[in-house]
Amino acid sequence: MEPVFDSKAAPKEAVVRPMVPEIFRVEKYRKETHDTYTLELKSASGTGEHRFKAGQFNMLYKFGVGEAAISISGDPSLPNPLIHTIRTVGSVTKAMSKLKVGDTIGVRGPFGSCWPVQEAVGNDVVIIAGGIGLAPLRPVIYQVLAERRKYGKVFLFYGTRTPDDLLYRGELEKWRARFDMEVLVTVDRASSDWHGNVGVVTTLLKKLVLDSDNTVAMICGPEIMMRFVAMDLIKKEMTLDRIYVSMERNMKCGIGLCGHCQYGPTFICKDGPVYTYDQVIELLARREI
Amino acid sequence: MLEPVVEIEQQVTFKQEQLQTLFTVLQKRDYQLVGPTIRDGAIAYDELNSTADLPVGWTDEQDAGRYRLASRKDAAYFGYVVGPHSWKKFLYPPVLSLWKANLQKGEVVVAPEAAEAPKYALIGVRSCELHAIAIQDKIFLQGEYTDPVYKARREKAFIVAVNCVTTGGTCFCVSMKTGPKATCGFDLALTEVIDGQRHYFVAESGSVLGAEVLAEITKQQATAEEQQDAKDLMEKAAKKMGRQLDTTGIYELLYRNVECARWENVAGRCLTCTNCTMVCPTCFCMTVVDTTDLTGQNAERTRHWDSCFTLDFSYIHGGSIRNSPKSRYRQWMTHKLAAWQDQFGTSGCVGCGRCITWCPVGIDITEEARAIRAGDKSDKATMAIKEH
Amino acid sequence: METLEPILAAHPFFTGMSPELLKLLVGCASNVKYDAGDFISREGQDASEFFIIRQGKVALELFSPTHGPITVETLEDGEVMGWSWLLPPYRSHFDARAVVLTRAIRFDGKCLRGKLEEDHHLGYEMLKRFVKIIVERLSATRLQLLDIYGTRV
Repeated sequence: MEPVFDSKAAPKEAVVRPMVPEIFRVEKYRKETHDTYTLELKSASGTGEHRFKAGQFNMLYKFGVGEAAISISGDPSLPNPLIHTIRTVGSVTKAMSKLKVGDTIGVRGPFGSCWPVQEAVGNDVVIIAGGIGLAPLRPVIYQVLAERRKYGKVFLFYGTRTPDDLLYRGELEKWRARFDMEVLVTVDRASSDWHGNVGVVTTLLKKLVLDSDNTVAMICGPEIMMRFVAMDLIKKEMTLDRIYVSMERNMKCGIGLCGHCQYGPTFICKDGPVYTYDQVIELLARREI
Repeated sequence: MLEPVVEIEQQVTFKQEQLQTLFTVLQKRDYQLVGPTIRDGAIAYDELNSTADLPVGWTDEQDAGRYRLASRKDAAYFGYVVGPHSWKKFLYPPVLSLWKANLQKGEVVVAPEAAEAPKYALIGVRSCELHAIAIQDKIFLQGEYTDPVYKARREKAFIVAVNCVTTGGTCFCVSMKTGPKATCGFDLALTEVIDGQRHYFVAESGSVLGAEVLAEITKQQATAEEQQDAKDLMEKAAKKMGRQLDTTGIYELLYRNVECARWENVAGRCLTCTNCTMVCPTCFCMTVVDTTDLTGQNAERTRHWDSCFTLDFSYIHGGSIRNSPKSRYRQWMTHKLAAWQDQFGTSGCVGCGRCITWCPVGIDITEEARAIRAGDKSDKATMAIKEH
Repeated sequence: METLEPILAAHPFFTGMSPELLKLLVGCASNVKYDAGDFISREGQDASEFFIIRQGKVALELFSPTHGPITVETLEDGEVMGWSWLLPPYRSHFDARAVVLTRAIRFDGKCLRGKLEEDHHLGYEMLKRFVKIIVERLSATRLQLLDIYGTRV
């Protein structure tokens, strides 16, 4: 079958000095959950456009500690300030969690491939996020809602561990209140004061009826979750080239030179992080690739 | 593979004493000579001042997990094969400062490192090594992003190739179609001929600059006999490869054997010591290290060669992706012989044999490939065997 | 009186089941309604019943003396609840509580077992439907157990 989309066709613009961070300043710091926070960053020099595409990432540098690859979670049409939602999982992200408004941070990027926001025009859009995976997908939601009439039905399925782990609760409420978007949220466990769904994110797909030839699905979350979700979509007769996932591996350079993020024949930093499922299905089935 | 840039000139010969003249000519042109010299019981690549620094009269004996220097009966300058070093240490430095940063009134100020690239003359580059350099050119110079340090060093470098008339126990350039004769990618190519009392070099230039340099040396037109002697030596060498690697369908072979018993077998021997990746002339992986001084005011980022054999290499929060030695050996070998083709349109192996020689337990990539092929149960493999 | 047959036929659980077989089941079914907060069944108690949910939301809960009620799963319109009625000792493993006003069709377990035992063709049709749901819930539960959003996975 002819592939419908080619994620590699996403135009890229090379960063001028890709290995040297540009200094940004923390404009706003917002605690999202017990382990996740959002930074709004502005270039300290006040220069540059810092445009990015939904799904791309930056390498963020905390002075003296190190660098981490973090997806951009703001609105691509409003790239200033640059918005990153970060989960504390290691030494760098922990050090960044202690940043205060006015502190400086190094930024390299944006790098990587993007979600098929343009290619999905005219289609139904199914966005499925797990945990911190909503952060790289939020730019897609912004873009799709900004041009809502260009798309068919829009679904957001979002699962987290507990109700306290839900990101962007205010926005989730706003999106849920819209009549032109279906938002379903579930958590893995909850106490009885949670009136929402309990069950893994795949349980939200049970009732989903897809127009499989006219739907684009974008999935981001832990690898196991993406595999299960993709399997459910395949059961609903979606073709692999219409399912997109975002992969994660160790990254040091972000520009395809350091070798760390190799995933089979590809480099996640430049051929990914966003892949069509047909590009990765064989690799996902193998261990320790 | 390599494409000739300049029409290779007529072959000339010069006497062995003229080698020092060549060195001097290059030094006068501000080249820092780097090349083979004896160090720590091996032939290493290091800075050279004169031909006296060359491993005159020495050769190397190599086998899986074995390397010994041995004296030759003659006074050959280049009578060895390849040692633990490769030229990537000059073009792609093992440790490199990328930038320094400091706090000025609480503000981070980043200053990129802008050291002037050294001007190296690489002396004694083997054909397999020319191919390795060409492969690294593809990695560092032909993608969306390029490496400016590599680019500057590479553009300035003058390459004196030496054709192989000696073969090592772990060599397999013939299998990889990368030698033993240097065909292009050099400024000058020499063949060292020792014929009884005569000790001379047959030389050809591969660039305009190479021709200019050659013009400053006392030389004469190579006779048909001299040319034939040089050719015979190389042909003889080609027939004495210590190892062979059947590359027929190797790309498909490795991709379809992602899961095969051999990986478990090799992992039982592999120490994941990273030696093979360090000595490999094409391995290019690197990591970055961020450091601060004790005042906390100054930070630096350095780039270091890295290896896919470490657990750290694939670490993401939660653990390493390639946790087992099996998966790390598979990553290295599959990358080298298959994924490299997807990524850079060429094999990542040039058949220099270093990974075999310098493996402390003697793991042999050619042997592993043979074992995988032997255990390959696919229909395609069966068909290929029948066809042969 | 209006029969429950059309309601059963419209529920996803019974998709593809022949009207003849459905007719056999109707005798065991009754319409039920629970207000938000009502317990539908209690852990350890007699569970000789099976529900198809028409509308609403039901939480399956376990009560921990130190953590209070923990919801392990929620079920909604179009889903079914309860299989403890299939096998002895016919006792519920969870508390089932209506989260919102919930309308359902309740099947009497004893009645149902009788019918399935009597007519193995019906029994197989029903069991196929149950197995599908059990497999789905088992795989969802396995994912839940993995705690995939934790830092170790």
